Amino acid sequence: MTGRSELDRFLRTDPRDVGCAQAMELLHIYAELAAVGDPVEERYSGIAAHLRACGPCEDDFEGLLTALRDEAT
Amino acid sequence: MASRRRLRELRWGGHLGSIVVMVPGDSGVEQTPVAAAGLDSDSAEWLRVLADAGPRREAGLARLHEMLVRIARGECRRRGPRLQLTGPELDDLAYQAAADALIAITGKLGQFRGESRFTTWAYKFVIFEVSAKIGRHFWRHPAVRLDAEDWDRLPGRFGFDPAQEAEWRDLLAALHRAVDEELTARQRRVFVAIVLNNVPLDTLVIEMAANRNAIYKTLFDARRKLRAALAANGYLPDDRSRRS
Repeated sequence: MTGRSELDRFLRTDPRDVGCAQAMELLHIYAELAAVGDPVEERYSGIAAHLRACGPCEDDFEGLLTALRDEAT
Repeated sequence: MASRRRLRELRWGGHLGSIVVMVPGDSGVEQTPVAAAGLDSDSAEWLRVLADAGPRREAGLARLHEMLVRIARGECRRRGPRLQLTGPELDDLAYQAAADALIAITGKLGQFRGESRFTTWAYKFVIFEVSAKIGRHFWRHPAVRLDAEDWDRLPGRFGFDPAQEAEWRDLLAALHRAVDEELTARQRRVFVAIVLNNVPLDTLVIEMAANRNAIYKTLFDARRKLRAALAANGYLPDDRSRRS
């Protein structure tokens, strides 16, 4: 059932989640490594867990990553 | 503190006339460990230019501002389809974000550690400014409802199929009960605003005079409590029993 699994996914919390403050503090490092294909999800699992759960931080990450990729092309 | 800073006015011609940005003259750049032996040459050059005085620094600030405007415009375009903002409004937002990011960057130069390129670090601030300004835009929008509770929206929020209501009615009733019984007043307010009323988290940050981390933590704790309550009553899988 889509609704049940979606609700379950939303309510699940990851103990590795570092929160917005730390994710924002390190976002430039994380994005720059991600832009060159570094396995950041393994290296910074706490930030990766946070970005999976926090829409605004994930949106900021996508914005920064897009800016870096656009600049590289 | 602003009173201890030598403020300098920079003027650029262009969009909607001239833009005046106040940037701190004492940026703290001398504390930066440019040191960092591994600092790439472009980043080192940025730090040298911004630590300089006179026309060289002003030219550097103008160039940085131009780059920030470009990034802000790109970010506004990327987010544009989701926003109720028109072209000129979006462009204004981009210019405001770039101006405020420039102030943040010059005020925090001493915090740049060379762990990324300088421009990546700088772009982060303009992305944050775009986010914050979009949050403020929604805060001003009269259609945003923060406290009204419309539980009928919950099924749609999670994609429950109306035709299958018999299968999820009890689950959502249990969730409503858990919200009433398990959450603190603050957790409930954040949950209702974000989940039921679809208020952007950054808008709630402004409304509650908090910061993103505090609102996220409140929602994080609420999610954990609600899931535990639903799992304890058999509505969702209990991970603890699965692990043991």
